[in-house]
Amino acid sequence: MSTLVRDTRIVMARELRPVRRDPFSVIFGMVQPLVFLGLFGPLLVGSLGGQAGVLGGSVWQWFVPAILVMTALFGTSATGANLLFEFQTGAHERMLVTPLSRPALLIGRALKEMVPLAGQAVIIVLVMTPFGFRPHPGGALIGLALLAVFGIGLGSLSYALAIAVRKQDWMFWAVQQTLIFPLMLLSGMLLPLETGPSWMRVAARFDPLAYVVDAERALFAGEWSADVAWGWVAALTTAAVGLAVGIRAMVRSAE
Amino acid sequence: MIHTRALTKDFTVGRGEAVHAVRGVSIDIEPGELVAVLGPNGAGKTTLMRMLTTLISPTSGEATVAGHDIATHPARVRRRIGYVGQGNGAGHTQRVHDELYTQGEIYGLDRRAARTRADELIEALDLGALRERKVSDLSGGQRRRLDVALGLVHAPPLLFLDEPSTGLDPQNRANLWEHILRLRERHGMTVVLTTHYLDEADTMAERVVIVDHGRVIADDTAEALKTKLAGDRLTVGSPDVRTLSRLAEALPGARDLASSGERLELRVSDAPTAAAELLFAARDAGVPVTAVQSHRPTLDDVFLTLTGRSLREESSEVSK
Repeated sequence: MSTLVRDTRIVMARELRPVRRDPFSVIFGMVQPLVFLGLFGPLLVGSLGGQAGVLGGSVWQWFVPAILVMTALFGTSATGANLLFEFQTGAHERMLVTPLSRPALLIGRALKEMVPLAGQAVIIVLVMTPFGFRPHPGGALIGLALLAVFGIGLGSLSYALAIAVRKQDWMFWAVQQTLIFPLMLLSGMLLPLETGPSWMRVAARFDPLAYVVDAERALFAGEWSADVAWGWVAALTTAAVGLAVGIRAMVRSAE
Repeated sequence: MIHTRALTKDFTVGRGEAVHAVRGVSIDIEPGELVAVLGPNGAGKTTLMRMLTTLISPTSGEATVAGHDIATHPARVRRRIGYVGQGNGAGHTQRVHDELYTQGEIYGLDRRAARTRADELIEALDLGALRERKVSDLSGGQRRRLDVALGLVHAPPLLFLDEPSTGLDPQNRANLWEHILRLRERHGMTVVLTTHYLDEADTMAERVVIVDHGRVIADDTAEALKTKLAGDRLTVGSPDVRTLSRLAEALPGARDLASSGERLELRVSDAPTAAAELLFAARDAGVPVTAVQSHRPTLDDVFLTLTGRSLREESSEVSK
């Protein structure tokens, strides 16, 4: 057990070193969410801003927590590409010949996902505050923790996907793109599902992302509702499943 | 240092079709040896090395590497071996010193020891100016030296090198070898490398194991292989090749006679002596000789004798 903790720390420290050496790489991971925030946000304000009943008090209050989840979605679901690259160069193979524990190779990488994610979330919150976004401080902190746990799960799944398709690497982006857009739209992240047909609301019940989005909205508003609990269930389940699948894949990644 | 018994690896490709990558390899390598595993692409060299380094498990057979069984104690084997794979071991987004430091931590060095060891290796492999450089910014030769440095962080008694100099220009190859040989001398390491460069196996290795179709087909020093299996080659020019070949047939150990135009080629056991004998015989018979050339055999000749195929051609075909 102590070896696992030690090895996990080594892998995580290694993964974080390029981020520490070049902190601007964190900003690049935010490009897509910022585009949605800057170009989609105003449209949302224009079309739904008047309907206070649908979005609650302020459009930003509704939209910014969802954008944080989007940052997690885009960032961590793409992280498998880094591992895929290390498969191609030989860096991963070098690690497999060392005494590092195989599970640590995955857990260390997955835990590392929290760090850029937290950085990105803090930047977005700070940037949006002058525009009238008012996060509840305690709720926001718990919201970030929830996001971190979800990011670990999603990151693990992304690594598992990378390992599964390592011999046909083009498949990685095909699968990743095919999965994230339905997950994103069904989560009610961009537009409220209340205005959509009922089958979409049914489908959304099977989208873990929807629970995370609802929980983040509640937390950033300082509402302690059942949505928060369901969000944690979704995030913890994603993390548990992700780690289990990811570790299994990692142990077999040498073949 | 390495003992394998009937080591075998089958891969399944497509619909249950089996590829026998390594078939019943039994070899013994003693501490301190420098062994080259030579063979064409697809011969099973890399698969053999991936089994010995615990990356993949054998289908059957057994192997002890650095004192431990690869199947039952892979973690102990990993602790005692260094490995430089075909690709680049260093992560492209990492910096040179960082990657060596991490490698030190992996093998249990504390912060200070890991830092000192990284500095030592940077010094030993001439990477001083590149200490803070990103791996993706290094040249091919520099990366390869860093790979070797990574393999040596824990001063392993046994080092595996999988095609260490592929893709390097002659100057970088020579430079890399200089480093490897110096470090081997200093630490008394056992070194096992795979290569498809004939001259590399010939000049660097003290022992050559030739692998083809997953089997060991020869195993000896390069000199012994060449003398026993190939023999010298003699090329003689003459306007009367027919008479000359009759004379040549009488030479001791003469075989594989082939003539084309005004040129006769044959193998003999000792070219200089045979050349002198043939010249005298030709003068006595009144056959004019225009040129005589003798060649020491290469490992390619050895491979040709063993398999009927040329290693040089196969390697160059693949690299096209």
